[in-house]
Amino acid sequence: MSTTPPTRRSGKHGMFLRMLLRASLVRRGRALSALLAVVVAAAVATAMLNLYVDVQAKLRTEFRKYGANIVVVAKHGQPLPADALPRVQTALAGRGIAVPFAYVVASTNDGSPIVVAGTDMQTVRRLDSWWAVSAWPNAAGEALLGSRAAAAVSPQGQPFDLSFQGQPIHLKAAGTLITGAAEDSRVYLPLQDFTAWTGVQPSTIEIAANGSAAQVTAILQQVTAAVPGAEVRPVRQIMEAEGRVLGKTRSTLLAAAALIILTAALCVLATLTAWVLDRRRDFAIMKALGASERLISGFFAVEAASIGALGALLGYGIGLGAAAWIGRANFQASISPRLSVLPSVFLGSIMVALLSAALPMALLRRVQPATILRGE
Amino acid sequence: MFGRLVFESFRRQRRRKLLAGIAVGLGVAVATAMIAVATNIGDKINQELRSYGANLLITPQADTLDVEIGGVDLKPPSDGAFLKEADVLRIKGTFWKNNIVGFAPMLPVRANLQADAQSESVELVGTYFAKQLAYDNESFITGVRTTNPWWKVNGAWPSDDSSDVLLGQTLAEKLGRKPGDSIEINGQARRVTGILTTGGAEDGQVVAPLHVAQEILGSPGAVRRVYVSALTKPEDALALRDPKTMSPAMLERWSCSPYVQSIAYVLQQSLPHARVEPIRQVASTEGTVLERIKGLMLLITLAALLASALAVSAAMATAIFERRNEIGLMKALGAANITVASVFFAEAVLLAMMGGIVGFFGGGLLAREIGRSIFNSQISVEPVLFPVILGIATLVTFAGSAVAILRAMRFDPVYALKADA
Repeated sequence: MSTTPPTRRSGKHGMFLRMLLRASLVRRGRALSALLAVVVAAAVATAMLNLYVDVQAKLRTEFRKYGANIVVVAKHGQPLPADALPRVQTALAGRGIAVPFAYVVASTNDGSPIVVAGTDMQTVRRLDSWWAVSAWPNAAGEALLGSRAAAAVSPQGQPFDLSFQGQPIHLKAAGTLITGAAEDSRVYLPLQDFTAWTGVQPSTIEIAANGSAAQVTAILQQVTAAVPGAEVRPVRQIMEAEGRVLGKTRSTLLAAAALIILTAALCVLATLTAWVLDRRRDFAIMKALGASERLISGFFAVEAASIGALGALLGYGIGLGAAAWIGRANFQASISPRLSVLPSVFLGSIMVALLSAALPMALLRRVQPATILRGE
Repeated sequence: MFGRLVFESFRRQRRRKLLAGIAVGLGVAVATAMIAVATNIGDKINQELRSYGANLLITPQADTLDVEIGGVDLKPPSDGAFLKEADVLRIKGTFWKNNIVGFAPMLPVRANLQADAQSESVELVGTYFAKQLAYDNESFITGVRTTNPWWKVNGAWPSDDSSDVLLGQTLAEKLGRKPGDSIEINGQARRVTGILTTGGAEDGQVVAPLHVAQEILGSPGAVRRVYVSALTKPEDALALRDPKTMSPAMLERWSCSPYVQSIAYVLQQSLPHARVEPIRQVASTEGTVLERIKGLMLLITLAALLASALAVSAAMATAIFERRNEIGLMKALGAANITVASVFFAEAVLLAMMGGIVGFFGGGLLAREIGRSIFNSQISVEPVLFPVILGIATLVTFAGSAVAILRAMRFDPVYALKADA
């Protein structure tokens, strides 16, 4: 007699489940609006957190348009070792672009000095995307002329002659280059033509390394180890400014995310509190029928938590969609979904839902069931 | 009677009204703050982008070609043309003077350093550090400390009037000099106030006040080039057009927009014998970065507006749903639907106004706090926004209440009064 039959136990659980399910099915409208509030809040939170995590990477690719952030230079004006570029590229392992530069001071026909540079035309146009070039050289014997150099040696775009240590070279002008800086006074040749003419090897390698400040520092160290004879230094102008702008943008984004998530959480709090308050008659009937306070609290807590959990899952999906759309619209690049955001959104939603249930419960506990049932 | 109903409702249900009012106020505050931040972020980030350095370069028009490799000037110092230091001041007299954040003249010369027993020929660059200047009774401070914020000095910056110098880091290591030591430059002892680190060619050079370089060169008032840092508007299709081919109306629009090209054009016209060119590495790249950040903030502001609109509607819907009994009572006493609805709408509008006003000022404070803590500068809310925000708040509150009011009205008063609905 005193042993509890298993059927009764499962019946008790079944009753609990049925109360949960029936409550939301019978009052469909109210339950749906509570769920909707959680879904919207979770979606907004997911989108904001996802953007916050991903936006740095997106902005960093924009910042790489400023060009090199690491420079490898030979010590004391000597050329770099001949295998420096392949070694730098091995150290980089695809995490950036490395472009070699070789310089000499040649003389024009009238004997005035002019800086001639040899570089890899294919990679330099990716590294220095701000170069305004009318036409890139693509055949042997063609040169790219800085706008001021062009005015001096080839004003009509005609072929011209230069000489370096008695070695003459005849060049065709492929196009002009405008940068507004020292490059405007130079003549650029493909590296092969340049070394064949002058015999001078590259003295500088400019590297645009991708990644966060820590990753760039790691690349810097690996490059230093790969080319021991050279001086490898960060371009502080580029790296510091990037860090500053990125830091400010992230802080603003964080402040915005905090405000928006707070608003969304308040929206959930208001809706769920109202939902629980609205069901004070259920509460009163349960209490009048002899349910313990723990059971009732547990009932409302499970109900709130399941709405929180369901809403978080739905909202996570919608939020990912919103973040992807923002990424597409603003950065023309996809924002990758972050699974790491899910636990915080999930737990956050459940916490807010439980809190929203706890507030009215504390209020109701103090009231006699008879008062509520009388409709006051 | 109508007025009394509304008034009494506010007087007797203070707790409920307060809750709804707080929701409206919070929503409006967040929306106001986000709009203020989004409209200001362009200016703020533009200011931060200035830490990339100058975006305009002024050189003498008649100059020979630069002979410069890796930041080291190989041209004989007396060769080529110079700008006049006095002319450079005119930058601050142009139409765009308020957009010019700073400028720094540069004069590289060769100098002989004698340290201990060694003697070495190095490049010495004369410039302004933070020079106090005045143009048209307007005084301002300019120099490399403004234009090149990545220059770091271990020790102290020299004063522009003194003859003290900065030593580049690698040069100082080679010569074994510390801040406070002295060094002989062209036979004259100069005090080294600090060691300069830039990550560029300056690390192997001496940087001195401009007049020191002019004395060494023997031509007072000479400047080789001037770096100008200006706040600009991102380039668009109009910016890149040649002003010579524009119609007068278009030219006016072009020259009244702070494009880097139009600032260069105006500077060029005000400086005799000078060439002014945008430095494309800085000028053309900052446009895209700025556009991205502004676009991002705009989209986020939309999200914030949506979230606060939802919060306000949810709060209003809840507040009205709780008052089904009242609606039932009114209807039972013979009030027409329209009368009941107008009482509730009037209440909603009143609530929106009050919440909106409080929220607007709260949002202003919030925006200011964000500006102060992130950008170290003011973010102000445009007063023009006030009616707009109030209008949006009213509209959202109205819309949020409308659904709930319409639903409540469809109930039979009998059920509503029985509180069974």
